[in-house]
Parts: sequence; structure tokens; C-alpha cells
Amino acid sequence: MITVFKRPHPLSDVSNTYCPGCTHGIVHRLVAEVIEELGAEGDTIGVAPVGCSVVAYNFFEFDVQQAAHGRAPAVATGIKRVHPDKLVFTYQGDGDLAAIGTAETVHAAARGENISIIFINNAIYGMTGGQMAPTSLVGQVTQTTPYGRKIENQGYPIKVSEMLSTIEGAAYIERVSVDSIPNIKKTKAAIKKAFECQLDKKGFSLVEVLSSCPTNWGMEPSEALKWLRENMIKQYPLGVYCDKR
Amino acid sequence: MAEIMLAGFGGQGVLFAGKVIAKAGMEALKNVSWLPSYGPEMRGGTCNCKVIVSDGQIASPDIAEPDFLLAMNAPSLEKFEGKVRSGGTIIMDSSLIDKKISRKDVKTVYIPAKKIAEKMGDGRLGNMVMTGCFISRYGKIPLSEVVECMRRSVSKAKASLAELNIKMLKAGYAF
Amino acid sequence: MAEKFLMKGNEAVAEAAIRSGCRYFFGYPITPQTELAAYMAKNMPKRGGVFLQAESEIAAINMVYGAAGAGARAMTGSSSPGISLKQEGISYIAGADLPCVIVNMARGGPGLGSIQGSQADYFQATKGGGHGDYHMLVFAPNSVQELVDMTARAFDKADEYRMPAMILGDGMLGQMMEPVEFFEPTEPDALPKKEWATDGTGMKRKKNIINSLYLESEILERLNIERYERYKRICEKEPLFEEINTEDAEIIIAAYGMSARIAASAADALRSEGVRVGIIRPITLWPFPSEIFARRAAYVKAFLCVEMSMGQMVEDVRLAVEGKCPVYFYGRTGGMTVEPDAVYKEVKRILELKTAGGI
Repeated sequence: MITVFKRPHPLSDVSNTYCPGCTHGIVHRLVAEVIEELGAEGDTIGVAPVGCSVVAYNFFEFDVQQAAHGRAPAVATGIKRVHPDKLVFTYQGDGDLAAIGTAETVHAAARGENISIIFINNAIYGMTGGQMAPTSLVGQVTQTTPYGRKIENQGYPIKVSEMLSTIEGAAYIERVSVDSIPNIKKTKAAIKKAFECQLDKKGFSLVEVLSSCPTNWGMEPSEALKWLRENMIKQYPLGVYCDKR
Repeated sequence: MAEIMLAGFGGQGVLFAGKVIAKAGMEALKNVSWLPSYGPEMRGGTCNCKVIVSDGQIASPDIAEPDFLLAMNAPSLEKFEGKVRSGGTIIMDSSLIDKKISRKDVKTVYIPAKKIAEKMGDGRLGNMVMTGCFISRYGKIPLSEVVECMRRSVSKAKASLAELNIKMLKAGYAF
Repeated sequence: MAEKFLMKGNEAVAEAAIRSGCRYFFGYPITPQTELAAYMAKNMPKRGGVFLQAESEIAAINMVYGAAGAGARAMTGSSSPGISLKQEGISYIAGADLPCVIVNMARGGPGLGSIQGSQADYFQATKGGGHGDYHMLVFAPNSVQELVDMTARAFDKADEYRMPAMILGDGMLGQMMEPVEFFEPTEPDALPKKEWATDGTGMKRKKNIINSLYLESEILERLNIERYERYKRICEKEPLFEEINTEDAEIIIAAYGMSARIAASAADALRSEGVRVGIIRPITLWPFPSEIFARRAAYVKAFLCVEMSMGQMVEDVRLAVEGKCPVYFYGRTGGMTVEPDAVYKEVKRILELKTAGGI
């Protein structure tokens, strides 16, 4: 029998807790595939955020630390300084990374901290039930912007990849999307580049993954991917924003 | 035991003079404490430190009534003159403070420390002249101990600076 | 005899940490503890360690979380307002059962307060500070030498019980210099390996998880109960205190840290006049040495608790004494120092009250 598809070893053999149609599962799998391909499972330490992926430690086979809301880059810094030769990455959502944890994110980049961040941008707070995120689009209706996000009141969405690419310590920053098979493949390639960048000790790397949240967007999964494609990519253009490899 | 208050402007070497006394005191008398004022005073305001040297245990490092006051500017003298223990000693730099001490129950030493230091080549070392003067009046820390401390605590590169400091100490001691 | 150094409290605690095998210090500048960070910045690179000035107190404590979870001895230091910011991280560290040492060279509060030494962070240190059911070990040294000794002990006990430990000093202790002797250094490699640490599975063991999240309340309750069983053992085994002249005392002064030294000055003066005064100085504030207070309460006429605060430890003294005798309080606040003479007068005042049958 020829095996054509199997669970990558770093991904735990458990059911995840994400909603149907959520793209977290895809990104988890991509992370695990890359770690397996790099042969790094035994030398990886992940950091889980606060948000839907708060229990990510249940879904991976390598060591994981769970961090306070927004503090994952600081926690990862502590780990990396103790184990400079291990692969240390954080997995964070938009609220965690770009609202409460903005300072930690920006300063980890500024230090050129040799860690990688997988940044899930789905323009909403998922775990708390669909509130406005710093990356929510103008006009987007959420539980806390029931009349749509208004510039006069909530200001503009933060473009994390663009912002961080202006920082000298950043070595690799790419924005990708998981809305289609080709884009999922590009996402995996980007994650691999980021991790390799770290293993080569080039400094701070971040992959921003545009993702969908069908539950809190109030859409069917396929409809959500369409919305992502038609609205989010316009606001957040895909591509490599910084590459100093 | 002696409780010593050193006070002046930030930048006059008040804290350093206190450290020299504490370090030499540690060798000569075993127990010492050194407590600085800190904060905005570091940047040009008034500055003081409290040094206790003792052959017994030191309870509080804080000093309410010093046995010795080394005053290096007028505001310090004004602030602390009244606190000196009856029978204590006030040593003041008379080249910086144009004032006589009114109290009759304390010993007073008017020493033009800054002028002496200037004459010997560096007016900034008045603090060491003051320190030397204190050492002679206190009498329980040998001058040789202070000199040794000074030599030990500077790097080779700064050895000449240490010697200049020692010259100042000796001048104050002889005053 | 070991070599004696004349050092500031802030520098001595740093040197003691390095000698205890701590190679990771994460901090943020604040008066009056800055010399601690400066000493680490200067010496960590020379001793194979890491000093990192974090972007905030919050980041610093979370870096400690990461480094401690990765198996290393890690430290952060600050002063009162900065320690308030760290409370989130301290709660997580306690919840994840991580050992680390946090130094608080406390200053007057609340708010931005003053920069002079204070003991107004007793509640914060001993009763939580952060959210949830937890404690940390709290050591309150009263000299630069004890600061050194307690720093070493804090690292050992934090590791032994897998919990955060705090060195609670104050601005005065941090800033003052005293002669100090150091113990022989321990290399990090010589410390026992932490099997629970996230240092990579090496494909040789099951994954380790550092975590304080338990979505099932039954599990969280069980873990909290287990943690409190550990705390109970600590309360039995670990209280430290010093007693001076309590055998024949009719009044005992309760004071810790710098206040205890000031109280000792007053007690000396009182003893020389024949006043039978003693001192109990808690060295660990958590666990609080309640038992000794209960024992002495059986025969003394009164306690006087002296603090550089509006009265915080006095509540624990009263709990320990259980109403067997009156517990008075004298304190200064806002960064003001208790003066020996004031303590002297307060003791006299209380004893006169008693002669007059006023208590």
C-alpha cells in the first residue's frame, strides 16, 4: 500500500476544538508539516496565545508554553534566550498580537529576536464571541461595532506586516492567505522560510495568515473564504514585505 | 561608634567621600553602613549620605543626630546644623560657606577645603580634603587605612588620580 | 575568612543571584532598584548570562515566565509601581507552577508615590497581588548580608516548591552599602535538571506543557487544592524569624526589614533603662511565622507592630495573637522613615497606658 496522505507526527492525534470551517486547523497542520520536514520536532518549543488557539498545546506533540494575553513574544524571548538553538515560535491571533500585545510584538521585532511568529489575522475576536479586532475592516459589523467599524470612532485597521517591515530587526515578513489551495501551498512555503530564517539565526520572522472565522462572521465556510478573498486581501495585500535571508 | 553626615551639592563627591570613609571604616572597625539620599538630588540639587562606623552591630543605618557633620554648602549646613548631637563636630568648607556656626555645644572646624584643593592642583577634590580632616578629628580610623583603601579601589589606569586624592586627604588630615 | 565587599543592596542581590546560578535577568528601569539592572547588565555577559532590558515591566515578567518554563533560574527586579504591572505575570507563574525570583525594592505609594523606601507593598506581596488563589514565598531581609543569603535561599526554595519567590526590600535597603560576604558560586549546570521544563522533547520523552489554563473547573479546583496542600507544608516548614530578648519581655515589637533595625535601636535604648522590651522580626512574610507570635502572646502584655506603612503586617500579627493581648501599631508612610525615638516614645506610652489600667 502506498501512503499518499498522513498526519504529520508533530500534530497530535486528537480532535481539535475549532469550529467547523475554521482555518486554524489548516494552519496547525502546515506548521506541523514544516516542523516535520525540517526534522525539528524534538527541538521545537511553541508558545500558545490567548484566543481560539489558546489550547494549541493540546494539538502539537512538541513542548509548548501557554502565554498570557499578548505576551507570547515576551515568553518566546525568555525561552529563546535560554535555548538559542531551539526552534521557538508563537502562534497568535489579531487581538493577541496587534491589540493587547502590540508592544511585545514590535519590540521583539526591534530586538531582532530570533523567533518566528505565526500571526492569524481573521479580523475578529473569536474566542470571546466576535468583537472588533484591531484588524477588523472599516464598515465590518461585529458584536462591538454593531453599526459597522467607523473611522471616526474606532479608527483604521492595523497593517501588521507593513508596519513591522519598517523595523530593522525584522528579517522575514510575508503575508499569505488560506482561502485557496494555491494560497495554502504558499502559506506552507512562507512558514518554512520563516522557520529556516530562524534556524539560520537571521532574526525576527513573521508570517501573517489571512484566515476566516465563519462562526463570528456569520457565514457559511465557503462564503467566508469568498469574503476573505474579496474584502480582506484588498485591505491586506499578499506578498513578501521583508526578506533579509 | 560614629555617625557621620556628609552633605553638599550633587557633583561635589559627597557620596564618594562617604564611601571612602565607609570602606576604610570597614577595615578598621568591622561594621559600617552607608546610606545615600537619592533621586532628583543626583542631578545638581542637595545631596547627602549617612555613614556609620562601629565595632558593634549597627541597628538603623538612618541617622537622626550625627556625631559629625561634613558640610560642603550653605543649604546643607542650614539644614543639618541643628541636628548634630551635643558635643559633636561640624566640619565645614569655609571656602564655600560664608557663615559662622552659632551653636556653642559642638566643636567646629572651618576648613577652606576647596581652596586647599585648588592650590594643590584640582579644586574638585575638596571632598577628599574634607575627608582627611574628618579622619584626623575622628581618630579611630588610621590615615594609612584610608590611603590603602584609596589605592586598592582604583584601577591601575587611574593610579595617578588615586595619588592626587591621597595628597588631598593628607592635606586635610594635617589641617 | 571570606573576603568582605562594601556593596549596595541592589548590587549585592544581583551578585547573589548570579552566584545562585541565575543567568537570566529581565528588567525595566525604575528608582530605587536601577543598580540591580545595571549590575546585571555589566556582569551577566561576563558570566555567560543574559541581561535584557524589556520594553515594559509586563514584558519583563513574561520573559521570566518563558525562561523559567524553559528550565532556567530567572530573575526580574523592580520597585512598587513596576511590581504592580508585573502582577499579571506573577499570577500566571504561580498558576503554571514555575520557580523564579522577583525583587521588589519598595517605595512609597499608592500610584506613582515617592521614591523613598516603604513597606506598603506587604499586602500585595503576601496576599496575592495578582488574581486567583495563589501565594509566593516572600523573604524580607533587613541587611545587605541577609539580602544575599535570602536571595540564594529564594532560588533554592522556589525550585524546591516550584513557585515564585519574592525578595521584598525597600529603597533604603537597595540603596545602602554594607559589608557583605558571598557564598561560593553554583554553576547552572550543577543544578538539578527540571524534568518538567520545555526544552525540547529531543524525541525522547512526551511533550511538556507549561500552562495555567484549565477550562474544566473540576480540574482547576483539584489543582488549586493540591497547590494549597503544598502551601500548607511550606507554612509548617519554612517560616523564618529572628527573636531578640523576648524571654522576659513585657512588650514585644513586631517589625520586619528596615523597620526592624530601627526598632532595634529603640529597643536598645529602652533596655538600657530597664524596660523589658523584645523584638520578633519575621524574615519570611509568607509563610508568616504566626506560631511564635501565638506563643509569646501567652505572656506579654502587648505587641507593638512597627511598619513603614499605614499598617499591613499588623493584621497578620493580630490574626496570630488571636486577641490574647492588645496589638498596637505605629507607622510612617509615603516613604518616610520610622525614627527610633518615635518607637521609643510609643513603647513608653503603651506601657504607661497599662500601668494606668488603660488597656
